[in-house]
Amino acid sequence: MTTESMPASTPGAEVPAPEESGPEEAKSAGALARARKRRSVARFWREYRSHRGGLWGLAGLILIALIALCAPVLTGANAQSVTEAPGGALESPSAEFPLGTDQFGRSVLALLIWGARVSLTVGLLAAFLCVAIGTVVGIVAGHFRGWYSTVLMRVTDWFLVMPTLVLAIALATVMDRSLWTVIIAIGVTTWPTTARLVRAQTLAVESRPYIERARALGGGHGHIMLRHVLPNVMPLVLAQTTLVISSAILTEATLAFLGLGDPTITSWGGMLQDAREAGAVSAGDWWYLAPPGIAIALVALAFTLCGRAIETVLNPKLGVAR
Amino acid sequence: MTADSTPALVKQADAEGPAPAGSPAVRGPRARNTQAYLKYVAAKIFGAAVSLFAVLVTSFFLFRLIPSDPVKQMTGGRPVSAEQLDSLRRQLGLDQPMWQQFTSYVGDALTGDFGTSFQYHAPVVDKITEALPATLLLTGTAYVLYSALGIWLGTRTAWRNGSKSDRFNTALALTLYSVPSFWLGLLLIIVFAVGVGPIPGMFPTGGLESGNESGFAYVLDVAHHMVLPVITLVAVGYAQTLLVMRSSLLDEMGSDYLTTARAKGLRDDTVRRKHAVPNAMLPTFTLMFVNLGHVVAGQILVETVFSWPGLGGLFYQGLSVPDLPLVQALFFVFATAVILANTLADLLYPLLDPRVGR
Repeated sequence: MTTESMPASTPGAEVPAPEESGPEEAKSAGALARARKRRSVARFWREYRSHRGGLWGLAGLILIALIALCAPVLTGANAQSVTEAPGGALESPSAEFPLGTDQFGRSVLALLIWGARVSLTVGLLAAFLCVAIGTVVGIVAGHFRGWYSTVLMRVTDWFLVMPTLVLAIALATVMDRSLWTVIIAIGVTTWPTTARLVRAQTLAVESRPYIERARALGGGHGHIMLRHVLPNVMPLVLAQTTLVISSAILTEATLAFLGLGDPTITSWGGMLQDAREAGAVSAGDWWYLAPPGIAIALVALAFTLCGRAIETVLNPKLGVAR
Repeated sequence: MTADSTPALVKQADAEGPAPAGSPAVRGPRARNTQAYLKYVAAKIFGAAVSLFAVLVTSFFLFRLIPSDPVKQMTGGRPVSAEQLDSLRRQLGLDQPMWQQFTSYVGDALTGDFGTSFQYHAPVVDKITEALPATLLLTGTAYVLYSALGIWLGTRTAWRNGSKSDRFNTALALTLYSVPSFWLGLLLIIVFAVGVGPIPGMFPTGGLESGNESGFAYVLDVAHHMVLPVITLVAVGYAQTLLVMRSSLLDEMGSDYLTTARAKGLRDDTVRRKHAVPNAMLPTFTLMFVNLGHVVAGQILVETVFSWPGLGGLFYQGLSVPDLPLVQALFFVFATAVILANTLADLLYPLLDPRVGR
C-alpha cells in the first residue's frame, strides 16, 4: 500500500487525531466503545487516503458543496429573476457573462451556481430515501423467516423488474410538479438493489455466533436488528449511498429535462431543457448547453469516485480506483 | 447486479447432493438432472407469469392516477359542448365504474388488444408494432457494440491491473458513465450535425431517414442517421459492462487454478482466454441480460433528442397528452421485455454454470 501524495485541497482537518487511548482497563464501557469507534474511523481514513480517485472525489464534493452554499454571495440573490435580468437574450460569452446569457438575459454562470443546490439537495434526499427503504426492507427480510420475508422479497423483485426510469417518469407525471415529487419518484423506484444487497449482508451477519449469543441472552428481534445487524451493514450501506446519489443526480437531471421538475426552480436538467427549447442546439450555442452537462457529470463522478474508494476499503480484493 | 443471481446460486449449492457413486443405473443422475431442470424451468416460467400479471395491474392503476382529464386534453381547448364531452367519454369507456374499466382492460389486454390511442385515433398495438423495428435497430446495434466493447476493455484493464492503460480506461469509463445521455446527444448534434467553428455539420440532426432514397442508398442513409445516436448510447452504456467484467475478473485473478494453468506452461494469453475469462463471465452475463430487456424499453431520452421514430419517443409523446391507452401499453411492453430477458437468463444459467438449477 503506497502512501500517495495528497492533493493540496484536501482538508487535513478530517484526519482524526491519532491519540492512542492509554490503559483501557481504567475506563468505562462507553469510553471503551468510543475509543474503539474513533480508532476504526482513523483506520478507515488511513485506508481511504491511499485511493487517489477517492480523494479527488472528496475534494470535488467539498468544493461543489461550498459553491452551492455560497450561491447568494457569489451571484447575488436576484440571479434567477427573469424580470431583473442584466443582459440581452442569448449573448455569447463575454467578460461580464463568462458563459453567456440565457433567453431571458440571465447569466448562465449564475444559473449554474444556483443549480448546484437543486442537484445536491435532490441527490442527497432521494438517495437517503432510497437507502432508508432499502435498508429497512433488507434487514427485515433477512432477519425474519416465514411468509412476510417472502412477501417483502416478492415486492422487491417486482420493483426490480420495473424499468426504473419509466416508473419514475410515470410517478413524476402522476404527481404535482415539485422538488418533493422528484425526490419521491427517484427514492421509491431505486431502493430494491439496496434491499437485495442489505439482505445478503444481513443473512451473512446473522449466521455469526455472536448473534446466537445475543439471542441466548434474551435479545429480542428489535435489539438484534438495531444493535447487531444494523452496525454491521452500515459500511456497505454507506458505500451504496454514495453510488445511489450519483445515479439520483442523473435521474433528477433527466426528469427535469423532460419537463417533469419544478418549473420555478433552476436546475441543471431544467437549464438543458430551456436551452433546447430556446433553439440553442440549432444555433450552435455550445456555451449554454455544455456547462450544465459538465456540472452534472462532475458531481455524479465525484460521488462515484468516493463510493468506489469506500467499497475498496471495505473489500480490498476489488483493488479498484487507485 | 450480481446480487440478483446470488440467492439462486446459494440455494442451488445446498440442494446439490453427493453423486451416488457406483449406483447400478448409470443414467440415473443425468435423468434426475433433466427432471430437476424441468422443475426449475417450470418454477421460473410460473414466476414470470405472475410478474407479468402484476405489471398489467400496475399499468392500469398507475396511469389512472394522472389527475388531468384526457377528454379535455383531447379537445385541446376548442369550444365543445358538455354533451359532446360526455359522448366522447362514453366512446372511450371513461364513464364506466373503475372496476368495470379494469376487468375490460385486463380481458382485452390478454387477447392482445390495448385499445385505441387518444392522439392517433389508431389501435395502440399498430402504433407499437410500427415503432418497434426502429427501436430494435438503434438500441440493438448499440447493445451489441457496447457489450462487446465493455467485455473487451474490461478484460484488458483487469489483466493489466494498475497499469497506465488500466487507469486511463477505468477513469474514462467512469467519466462517461456519469454523463447524462441526452446531454451527450445534444452536444454531438451541435458539434457534428450543426457544426461548430471549423467543424462542418457532417451528420443529420435527427430522424431515421431522409425520405427520398431506396435500395442500397436507403440502407446507407439509415446508417448515416444512426451514427450519432449509436455513438451516444455506446459511450454512455459500455462503462457498466467494463466495470462489472473488470471486477469479476479481478476476483478470479488470485485463484489457484490460474497458477496451476501457468505452471503447466500455458501462454499468458491462453490462461486469460481459456481459463480466467469464462469463469468471470457470469456476472457480466447477468448484466447483459438485464440490458437486453432494456433494448426494447429503448432509450426514451436518446430517441427523443434525436427524434428517432421508436418506442421511447412514442412514450414521451404519449405522456405529454396524456394518451392513456398508449402509455399503459408501452409501460406493459417495456416491463414485459425486462421480465422475458430475466427469465431467459434464469433458464440459461444452469447450462452455463452447472451449480445452478440442479
